[in-house]
Order: sequence, then C-alpha cells, then structure tokens
Amino acid sequence: MTENLNVYAVRTLTQKEYFAPGHRACQGCAEALALRLVCKALGRNIVVASATGCMEVVSTPIPFTAWRVPWFHVAFENAAAVASGIESGLKVLMRKGRIPRKKIVTIAMAGDGGTADIGLQALSGALERGHNFTYICTDNEAYMNTGIQRSSSTPFGASTTTSPVGKVQMGQITWKKNMPAIAAAHNIPYVATACPSYPIDLVQKVKKAADIEGPAYVHILSVCPTGWRSAPELSIKLGRLAVETGVFPLYEVERGQYRLNMDFPKLKPIKEYIKFQGRFRHLTDGMIEEIEKRVHQEYEQLKEKAKKGV
Amino acid sequence: MGKRVGMEVSLAAAEAVKQAKVDVISAYPITPQTHIVEHLSEIVANGEMDAEFFCVESEHSALSVCLGSEATGARSFTCTSSQGLVLMSEITYIASALRLPIVMILANRALSAPISIWNDHSDVMSIRDCGWIQFFAENGQDVYDHVFCAYRLAEDKRVLLPVIINLDGFTLSHVIEPIEFIEQEKIDQFLPPYQPVHRLHPDRPVSMGGIALPPIFTETKKAHEVAIRSSMSKILDTWKAFGEMTGRYYYPIETYKTEDAETIMVIMGSYGETASVAVDLMREEGRSVGLAKIRLWRPFPFEDFKKATLHAKQLVVIDRAISMGGPGGPVASEVKAALYGEPMHPAVYNYAAGLGGRDVSPADFIKMVDKAEIEIEEGNREGFEIYGVRE
Amino acid sequence: MTKPDSEWTWRELSEGTVMLEPGNADQYRTGDWKTLKPVLNKELCIHCGLCYIFCPDSSYNLNEEGYFIVDLFYCKGCGICGKECPTGAITMVVETEEK
Repeated sequence: MTENLNVYAVRTLTQKEYFAPGHRACQGCAEALALRLVCKALGRNIVVASATGCMEVVSTPIPFTAWRVPWFHVAFENAAAVASGIESGLKVLMRKGRIPRKKIVTIAMAGDGGTADIGLQALSGALERGHNFTYICTDNEAYMNTGIQRSSSTPFGASTTTSPVGKVQMGQITWKKNMPAIAAAHNIPYVATACPSYPIDLVQKVKKAADIEGPAYVHILSVCPTGWRSAPELSIKLGRLAVETGVFPLYEVERGQYRLNMDFPKLKPIKEYIKFQGRFRHLTDGMIEEIEKRVHQEYEQLKEKAKKGV
Repeated sequence: MGKRVGMEVSLAAAEAVKQAKVDVISAYPITPQTHIVEHLSEIVANGEMDAEFFCVESEHSALSVCLGSEATGARSFTCTSSQGLVLMSEITYIASALRLPIVMILANRALSAPISIWNDHSDVMSIRDCGWIQFFAENGQDVYDHVFCAYRLAEDKRVLLPVIINLDGFTLSHVIEPIEFIEQEKIDQFLPPYQPVHRLHPDRPVSMGGIALPPIFTETKKAHEVAIRSSMSKILDTWKAFGEMTGRYYYPIETYKTEDAETIMVIMGSYGETASVAVDLMREEGRSVGLAKIRLWRPFPFEDFKKATLHAKQLVVIDRAISMGGPGGPVASEVKAALYGEPMHPAVYNYAAGLGGRDVSPADFIKMVDKAEIEIEEGNREGFEIYGVRE
Repeated sequence: MTKPDSEWTWRELSEGTVMLEPGNADQYRTGDWKTLKPVLNKELCIHCGLCYIFCPDSSYNLNEEGYFIVDLFYCKGCGICGKECPTGAITMVVETEEK
C-alpha cells in the first residue's frame, strides 16, 4: 500500500463542527459528509443560501437545525440568486456602516438538480454578474430527495425512477452534463471538482474558492448509497473509485487554466466502480465498454487542457 | 411645503425609492414598469443614491435577490408587471411567510395569453392570497407617497410583511402628473433605517426557511394570518402619521359622494379618478350615485367597506380582471363576502371592464350604471358581464 | 431542550418561524437508527483520524489519550469508519439492546 501522507493531515483540520450531528441524512451519506467538510473549510464567518434538496430537508426539520452558521433556504431554483442578494446586502450594509466591516463569505449550496437543471439560470446570472460568492454543488447524480429521479447530472446508463430499466430503454440515455465546464465558460476566477473521499483536497479547494475575489464554483461528487444502491460503508471507497477510474477527475480551473490534481498512469477499469452500484447492475458489457471509451476520451481531453495550462 | 414638479409617475416612483434610501435594488425589464428601473439605474449611476443596483436574469431571481438581501437587514426593492409577477409568484408566498419586509411596485398589466402589454389587474389578482399587504394607487402622488408609507409599515416590528404598491401600467405609470416632493429630512424622520428582528449574520446564527412537518405547519399559517389581519391597525397608524407630516391622509376605502347615494360604484386603482367625473355628470342629472374606491386590497377592509356602502340600494363593482370559471370578478367576490353576513345589503352588479388596456371613459361608467340599475330593477340582483365586448 | 414540533403553539413561533438555536439538531438521537455499531481495537489504532474525518455524522471525538472515540448517540452504523480504517482497528458488530 502506498504511503498517503494526506492521511495524517486530517489532524490539521479544525475540530469544530459547524454542521451539527443529529441531522437526518441517510446512513453513509457522503453529501452530508461533504457539507461537514465544507463547513470545516469555511469556519463560522459565512452565510449559507441553500436550495431545496436532500441537505436542506435533512438539516432543518423545524424546530431543529443542524446549522451553526447563518443559513437561508428560499426555493429550489434560486440558491445563486438568494446568495447574490445576501452578498449585496452584506456589502452595502458594511459600506454604509450599518454593520461592522468583517470578512463574511457568502456561500450558495445546491444539489445537482438545483444546479444543472432548475437552478442553472440563477447560477449563470450570478456568475455573470461577478458576485463575490462561492457556489457549492453537491452532486449525488439524481433528484434524490424526491425519491431518486434522473437529473441532467445522472450518468449514462444509471437506473433511476424516471429513467428506469425497461424492455425498450435501459436507464439514463443521455450523458452527464458537464457543470464545471459550464461554470468555467463564464470566465470566473475559480472552478474546481472535489470529492469527500479526498478530504484535505476538498477543504483546500473550498478555502481557495472562498478566499478568491469574485465568483467561484466547486463541484463535489456525493456518493448516495440510497440512490446508487450501494452499501453505506462503501461511500468513501466509491468516491475514490470514481476518481481512480477517471469517471470524476479532480481538477481546478484557475482563471481559465486547467490543472489536474490527481493523475493516474493507468485508470482503473470502470467495472471496478460500477460493480458496487445497483443502479448500474443492468449494464451490458457493450454499454460498459461505451462508457469506458467515453470516460477515457474525456479524461484525455482534460489532460490536454491541463497541459496547455501549465 | 415641498417642491411640486410635473413628472412621469414611473420616474417619481424611482425618486421615492431614492429618497427612501433603499439599500438593494434588483431589476428586470418588463413593460410597463421598465421606466422605474431605468430611472433608478440612472440615479445610482450618477451617484445620487448609495445602493447595490443590479440587473438580474429573470423576475424570479429579482425577488429571490430581495429575499436574500432583506434577510441580511438591507432595505430591498424590486418592481415588475404581469408575466414577471406570475414568474416570481412562487417567491411572493415565501417572502411573506418568512416575514421579510420587501416593497415591490407592480405596474399592473394584463396576463397572457394573448400577450398584452396594456393595463388591467389580472396580474395582481393571481397573487391575492400570497400574504402581502397590497395597496392600489390612484394617482402619481399616491405612488410617490406610498413608497415611504410601505417601508415604514412593512419594517414595523409588529408587522414585518412585504408590501405591493399597485399602479396601473401606462394609464398611470406613463403619465405626467404633478408630484409634491417631500423634504429629505422629513422622510428620514418618518422612515428611519431598517432594524431587523432577525438577520443573517455570523454573530448570531439563525436558520431561516426550514421544512415544517404536518404537526407544526398549521401553526405557522396561523401566525402569518394573524400578522396580516392585525396589520390593519398599523396601516391606519402609518397613514395617520403620514397625514400629519404632509397633510395628505389616506384611508382603506375612500369615498366620493356616497353619503346619500342609492347607487355606489366600486373601483380600484386609477380608474377612480375617471369614475368620479362620471359621478359628477350623473349627479348633475339628479341621479343618486357615488363612488367607493378601494385603496387597501389586502388585508381587505371589511368593516370600512360595509360602513361606506351598506346603506346603498345597489353596488356596481367594476373589476379589472375576471376570475375564470368563478364568480365573475375578484373584487365583486370580496365585496359579496363582505356583505354576506349582513341581514340587509345592497344588490351587487359586476362588470369586468378595461381588460387589456381598453379605454373606459366617463360615458362608459354612466352606461355601466344605467344598465346595472335596470338589471337590478328587473330582479337580476347579482349579475356579471364583461363591459363593451363586441358580440 | 427544544420541544418537538407537535408541542409548539402558534404564539411561540418566531416571526417567519426562524430557528434561533444554532445546531440544536444535536439534541436528536440518530443513534437509534443503527443496526451495527463500530468497536475499536485500541492496539491496532494509529491515531490517523480517518474514522473521525470520514464520519458523515461527526460521531467521533478525540479523547485525552489521543484516540478517536465514537459517540453512539449519533452513530447511524453506516460502517464507513470500519471500512476506511487503514489498520482494521474498527469492526462493525451487531448492536444489542441498549442498557
């Protein structure tokens, strides 16, 4: 086993928990873990605008809240718009001297549905306007909170309740929408992908995103044992496999320059990743081959972009 | 006495927003409210106002932005019409339930389809039950004055409800009217800076907008319902204080020659002025006609309305929208609800007139009253018709 | 202690039902959910903290001796810690009746 020094760096993170236990997320929910790590990265001087979704529902069943930082939920599609309002409100109040000047980071949080589908418009607007905020998309690859329906972020072939396996169609028929690329196309200062299986990397990226002046976008793969039909204890392993197979590469785009954070001399076979997930159990060898080909193709394209960037 | 200037009402509204020292303005263009945001953008660009002004990518986001900024404690404003309102309507319910005192100007315009840029009240009628306090302005001075009244009322710790100021699109928004401006010092005294009860700030972390399960949801609705119902007394107080400052007093129901009237027209918005000309013309002919203008639409002033109209033989309610498949016009529906409990009450004849910007002149009002009186005489005590439709 | 939702009267709600007690979710015993619970073999533990960092429910706390100890009040028994522990110090065992 190769020595992974990152393992010991865990102790360098703050021990404070700004996302309290007692939330109602499923066993093994890597999205809840992602939020916990994001909060560790950011600390207490933030305001969070959350979209409707798993995390919003499990964290705030009235009268209980898991949030130890200020938090605001309005609706499903407007996390980025609400965050724009929060950022502007804080800015003008400080400028007018109505609240003391202090660094308070505005964070928008939404799932893949609330980002790539219904929330895309508000996100695009907020990125274009250049608000100083960080948008965190926790991507569990479907509308999980409403019972596992497909989103544009659902990977090809995955079985969901609205892209089920039937006699004529077998799972999701479209390829996963590339949200980090869409965010990067807005020419914002910082875009990154992250995964809770690599906690130090995630924390570093979220911190960087928050520190940067202007909009930043962080896309976090969130393994969902309930929706992916995987064993809860495998949530970290699956996230790692997603990265090691090239399905979810970890990279950053800083002012248009791509940087691949983890490269592998040889990507693990897709089967290693898929075999643990019930949502892929119907895949034929042909489909798996197709998926692998495309994953490798996109991985090479990413490496090309990163090469040019150095 | 402040300066009296002839100004397009939209621009006067923008000037009022400036004088109200609003902190955050989110803008999206839609005819006929666009002049308001255009003028606000000029005001901010010229440095006449210190505010965060930005254009958003849809009206849904326009109101969402206001919720975000209002929740941090910043006085926030947006305006819209018609399709923009219905697009943001999801958020209107949320804004009021979360008790965020946003003020919005609505330049009333017909709802599609067919698409129309002209004036009627169908847009605001789509959000009757959204829980905002809703006013109707009759003239430019009203609009200007109500921006200050609205913020003072909304931000009152015992109210904390968002407010809509309705002004008829084009018919009122685009006309030039004499506006008496109020001195800034007086406004600053009438309208101090916003002090929120709860705000989003790390020094005191709160969670706004959680999920309510069935055991508690009903209680949250009761709390909201009580808040809007009891806001009536604060509305009257605000108007009283405003009247003391300027000499202009506003009331939930404003009457014109109704004291001895047998027939009373009921109207909302700028048509009130045209209708009062019709009243005078009919009075000249010796007819016993009056006019009751509803200024406060929500919370509906049931008691004031009854006081103003119960004595009449018949009411002619002129709606500017239709409740499709329902009881005719929404205003008539509220009027009938107001009168229902009374053992004796006037007959109610209902018109929907001026839909999609069709002009309604004093002569039209006279025709409406003529027909209504005949219909009621013949026993049709609660008819409804669309005025002026070509058969 | 925050009352459960079914016991609140409408008068007790804050304006907009704003929740004023940050983190009061920590009063809720999600530990009731588990079937399996993690058991630590201290001799194998290398104090790396992976169990602590990978727990979605923040159920691990560092004690004075330097071991990360699970708080069974919150632990949902997902088994991530057992799976990720690099030395196999944590085993998931079936939870028996609470004393």
